Amino acid sequence: MRDRMLCWTLLGAFPRLAFISLAFISLGFTSSAQAEDIHKEKSIYRNILVKEVYGRRCLVFTVKRGDRNQTCMDLNDPKKLVFPYVRMTLAGLLLSPEPKRILIIGLGGGSIPVALNEMYPDAFIDVVEIDEAVIKVAKRFFNFSENEHLKVHPADARVYTKRAGLQGKRYDMIILDAFTGDYIPEHLMTKEYLEETKALLTGPGILIANTFSTSDLYHHESVTYSEVFGSFFNFKMPNTGNRVIISSNEALPSDFVLRSRAKKLSARLQNYGVDIEVFPQFMRRDIDWDTEKRSLTDQYSPANLLRSDS
Amino acid sequence: MSHHSAQRLFSPLVLTLAFTSGFIIMSVELLGGRILAPYFGSSIYVWGSIITIFMLSLAIGYLTGGRLSMNQPSLKRYGFFYIGAALALLPTIFFGENMMDAVFLRLEDPRYGSLVASMFLFFIPTVILGMIAPYSVRLLVESAHESGRIAGGLYFVSTLGSALGTLATSFYLVLWFEVNQILFTMVGVLLFAGLVAIFGSRYLTPSQKD
Repeated sequence: MRDRMLCWTLLGAFPRLAFISLAFISLGFTSSAQAEDIHKEKSIYRNILVKEVYGRRCLVFTVKRGDRNQTCMDLNDPKKLVFPYVRMTLAGLLLSPEPKRILIIGLGGGSIPVALNEMYPDAFIDVVEIDEAVIKVAKRFFNFSENEHLKVHPADARVYTKRAGLQGKRYDMIILDAFTGDYIPEHLMTKEYLEETKALLTGPGILIANTFSTSDLYHHESVTYSEVFGSFFNFKMPNTGNRVIISSNEALPSDFVLRSRAKKLSARLQNYGVDIEVFPQFMRRDIDWDTEKRSLTDQYSPANLLRSDS
Repeated sequence: MSHHSAQRLFSPLVLTLAFTSGFIIMSVELLGGRILAPYFGSSIYVWGSIITIFMLSLAIGYLTGGRLSMNQPSLKRYGFFYIGAALALLPTIFFGENMMDAVFLRLEDPRYGSLVASMFLFFIPTVILGMIAPYSVRLLVESAHESGRIAGGLYFVSTLGSALGTLATSFYLVLWFEVNQILFTMVGVLLFAGLVAIFGSRYLTPSQKD
């Protein structure tokens, strides 16, 4: 999150410069250090801004307390995954190196689905995104497009998941990456939701969840995930506030297996700026959270209130 | 307690009960968002469904409560509204999930799904809670010239109750308790309020000038 935070701070510091940078453009030269608003999209959820700063184009949810980048794209190297948490999400490939069916909750700028679609052109990828405006912006400004193997479903993830369960859909890999401008929606953090999601996994299927490790909620979320999945990889990297949970329907692979798979995947992932060989050492199995904390359920999920506790 | 001194408690009692019903209406409405989210999400249309059903139920409740106040208004009958609302909340607690399962299976569109589910979950209890407001006016009004003041005072306390119910539920109650624990407490409070009114009706009667 440090990276995310830094970018956020920079953007927060420069809104007035946007106007100046526009002036520069009209004079015929641009400076990469200045934030420029490219596009504003109205949404029934929260308005979306597309900004460019330091040669990066970012999708930003505008909230009063400051803007939050959801996705950034490097304009000179659009394939590169800019944020550490996006790169960390791909650590899931160490448990499931050849996923055939993938479900991604939360589109953002679409960097994860696009990367997976390129790496695994035969895999079928379903993306669930609640906000039609985000889908529109991702297509227009972030090189995202649908194809035979990559489909976006505009729906609430909870509704999609329940319906998919009834329809008997199953996935080898599920990525939970639904964020509002604040955090994960409360009804997508509960034990019941995780159980519904787990029911969509194939036998060896895996679940990857992008979360933060920077608040009291960390403990509640960890307790909830371990109640549903037992043990999981608790993946944190230095200098980020992100924590990626990687859990499996099967027993977790050994470090040796992780390392040998990382070696094999390494070359393919270099294109995206992912140095997967450093990941296994940070994928911990030990419990570093307060196991006494209450799990989150549909009956008890004051998630965002718990977040402000610490 | 002499009848006269007891009679002085009549107005504060009705106002307190009206405050309680205002509190509970909004508390239940807010919990509605939580109850529906697992099935229909937490999008703006889910709140649209909930608010629509609450407004519709209250409208019908006001109409019905007003009509009922024409027929021998008493604190005892008033108390039965509270008991009725408490009992009407029980199916929401016990059968809410089964009902939402059934609606979810039959309606693909989460907008209409959440609207129909809100109808089943909240319509009857909210109609009954809505009946309380006009009935309270009838119990307290003694003459035409003060009717506006009395009605204003009642709207004041019951809407204040609603404001507090909204705040308490969203800021604290969901942080401390489970949804069903809060609902059971509401049922208990409504039953208690009803019993107080029914018991009180032995000593207290609305003033009859007309």
